[in-house]
Amino acid sequence: MIVELTSDPIDVPRLIAHVNQPSNGGICTFLGVVRDNAEGRPVVKLGYEAYESMAVAQMRTIVEDAMQRWNLDAVALSHRTGELQIGEASVAIAVGAPHRAEAFEACRYIIDTLKTRVPIWKKEFFRDGAVWVEPVSSQPSAQ
Amino acid sequence: MAGSKPPPSASPPVAPAAISVRVLFFASLADLMGERRRNLNLPAGSTIADALRDMATDVPDLAVRAPHVSFAVNEAFVTADAPLSDGDELALIPPVSGG
Repeated sequence: MIVELTSDPIDVPRLIAHVNQPSNGGICTFLGVVRDNAEGRPVVKLGYEAYESMAVAQMRTIVEDAMQRWNLDAVALSHRTGELQIGEASVAIAVGAPHRAEAFEACRYIIDTLKTRVPIWKKEFFRDGAVWVEPVSSQPSAQ
Repeated sequence: MAGSKPPPSASPPVAPAAISVRVLFFASLADLMGERRRNLNLPAGSTIADALRDMATDVPDLAVRAPHVSFAVNEAFVTADAPLSDGDELALIPPVSGG
């Protein structure tokens, strides 16, 4: 398992190599990349801040849950911190599985769950200012 | 203990022990508070809600934001009625936006 936060560009081939194991017949990857607009407003760059120790612990729990639920032996999850330019990957997931269905489902589960409860925050920089993105729907719950 | 004598000296009632908690602020809450962490001294038995009330005396807008904030003590999500202990790390977690 690879679970990491990194201030360097994500090494996607390394994540894929980690899950490319002989028993696997499918690898599903997901990359979240920096979009050049937020609801039509031009974005010039993004910044990501994390509660690093807790974020890594939560990411590890999500990956372990996925590995158990879909009986996987290899998953890699990496999230960037710091400033990112348009087109850079902010998050990368690689899931290897014997068959494609489990790989797709686990990959979807990991990104969807990460977005609801991993303590990481995105700041959108515009030409004339910046805002933290804080969707109330993503408020993590103690339950 | 029944029948035991009161303490011999006329010492004043012992004040509740204080606890010290490290509070972490992130993203917009760090901007609001003007700092990323502070040490907070509270009476023993205080909850997260008590800590928020204490900090809102300095920064009233914190009370406005509180309904949309989640809390973690020592990196585990908890609710605002959770008790705090000496040495705890309390993180105020605005709605997350990773990914």
